[in-house]
Amino acid sequence: MSGAIEFRAVTVATRQGQRLLDDVSLSVEAGTTTVLLGRSGSGKTTLLRTVNRMVAPTGGEVLVNGSSVRDADLIALRRSIGYVIQETGLFPHFTVERNVGIVLEAEGRSREERARRSDDLLRAVGLDATSFGRRYPHQLSGGQRQRVGLARALAADPSALLMDEPFGALDPLTRGEMQDMLRELLGRMKKTVLLVTHDLNEALYLGDQIALLNEGKLIACLPRDKFLSSDLTEVRAYVASVQRGERSAEEAARR
Amino acid sequence: MSGGFFTQYGAEIATLTVEHIWLTASAMLFAAAIAVPTGVWLTRTPRWANPILGVANVLQTIPSLAMFGFLLPLPWLGERAARIAIFALTAYALLPILRNTYAGIRGIDASVIEVAQALGLTDTQRLFKVELPLAASFILAGLRTATVTCIGIATIAAAVGAGGLGELIFRGVASVDNRLVLAGAVPAALLALAADAILGLLERRFKVRAQ
Repeated sequence: MSGAIEFRAVTVATRQGQRLLDDVSLSVEAGTTTVLLGRSGSGKTTLLRTVNRMVAPTGGEVLVNGSSVRDADLIALRRSIGYVIQETGLFPHFTVERNVGIVLEAEGRSREERARRSDDLLRAVGLDATSFGRRYPHQLSGGQRQRVGLARALAADPSALLMDEPFGALDPLTRGEMQDMLRELLGRMKKTVLLVTHDLNEALYLGDQIALLNEGKLIACLPRDKFLSSDLTEVRAYVASVQRGERSAEEAARR
Repeated sequence: MSGGFFTQYGAEIATLTVEHIWLTASAMLFAAAIAVPTGVWLTRTPRWANPILGVANVLQTIPSLAMFGFLLPLPWLGERAARIAIFALTAYALLPILRNTYAGIRGIDASVIEVAQALGLTDTQRLFKVELPLAASFILAGLRTATVTCIGIATIAAAVGAGGLGELIFRGVASVDNRLVLAGAVPAALLALAADAILGLLERRFKVRAQ
C-alpha cells in the first residue's frame, strides 16, 4: 500500500534562515496512525501543518494520496482533510450541530443532510445528538468540546485526519476517556491520522508508528512495539525523562 | 413652557427633528458603508492600519464649526447645505466604526480563524459566516458611539443652513430666548439617548459568549 501521506525531504525555513524543519522524510500508510512526538519547538506542529498547506514548505514536498499538495486546489485539499486542535476553535456563535456541519455547509449541502450527518457523528464521538445538538460551545465541558471538534473534522468524511495535541488541555481522566473513544473510532473508520503530542503514553496507546522529532529533524520513526526498546540515544533520553516519575516511585517502594 | 409655545413651535420642532434624524441617519449609512469594508480590508493588510486609522483620527480632531466652514466653498458639495452636513458627519463617524471593525475582527480568538481556514472555508465564507458575526457587537458599538456623537454635532450643521434641531438653538441664542434653545437641545438630547438605547440593545443581541 502506498503511503497516504508522504513527506519527501520537507524543509521549512523562516525568512531569517532558521530551520523549523530540516529535511524530514516520512511515510504514513493509509488507514494507520502516526504520532509525531517531541518537545515544544521540535517542529512537530509545523510538519503537521504542511499537509493541509497551513504552512508551505520551503524545500521538499508533501504528498497526499500520491499527489503533491502544492498543486492541489487549496480549498478542496483542506476540505478533504480533517483538522483538530487543542483549543478546538469551535465557532462560539454556532450551535454544536452547525459547528459539526460547517464543512458541509461550506460545500452547499442541504440542511437535512447536514443535520443527519451531525447526528450520526455526535453519536460516534459519544454525545447524545438530541441534547447536545442545540447547545452552544460555552455550554460544554472541555472534553465535550473536543468531541465536537473531532465530529466536525470527520463531517466531510475525510480520508486523513490531522490532530494537534487534541487532548493536551484535558485532565488525565478525561484524556484517557478521549483516547479510548478515539482508538475505538479509528478502529472502525480507518482514517489516516497524524497526531501531534508530547505525551509518550498517548503516543504508545494511539500510534501505529511513532516519529520522534527534535529541533526540526526527524530522529527516528519506529513502530509502536519497537519504540521503548530502541537503543537510539535521543529516543532513550525521551523515554527516560517521561518515566522518571515511575522509576522514582518504584525506587521509593523498594526502599 | 406654556401651551402657547408648543402651539406656535410644535410643528416646527417635529419637522426639524425629522430633518435631524434624516441628516444623521444618512451620514451613518454612508459612514458604515465606507468604514466597515475598509476595516475588513485593514485586517487583511495590517501595515495600512496605522496610517488609515491615523487619517480617520485627524478628521475627528477638526472642530466641527471649522469643518462646515471648510466645506462651504467646495463645488457641488457647497451648493446644498444638507450635502455639507452629511459629508462632515460621515467624516466624523468614520473613526469609531473603522476602529471597532478592525479591532473586532482582529480580536477574534486565533484558533477560531485557524480552524476556519484549515477546514477549507473560502475567504468570503470566513468573512460572512465567522468574522463579521463574531465582530458584530463591536461594529455596532462603534456605530453607537458614532451616532451619539453625530446627533450632537448635527446641531452645528444649522450654522451653514442645513437645518435640523440646531436651527432652534441658533435662533434661540441670537434672540436670547432660552425656550427656543431648549426646544432644540432637549429633543436632540432625547434623540441621542434613544439612539444609544436602541443600538445598545442591538449590540447586546449580537454579543457572543466566548468559550
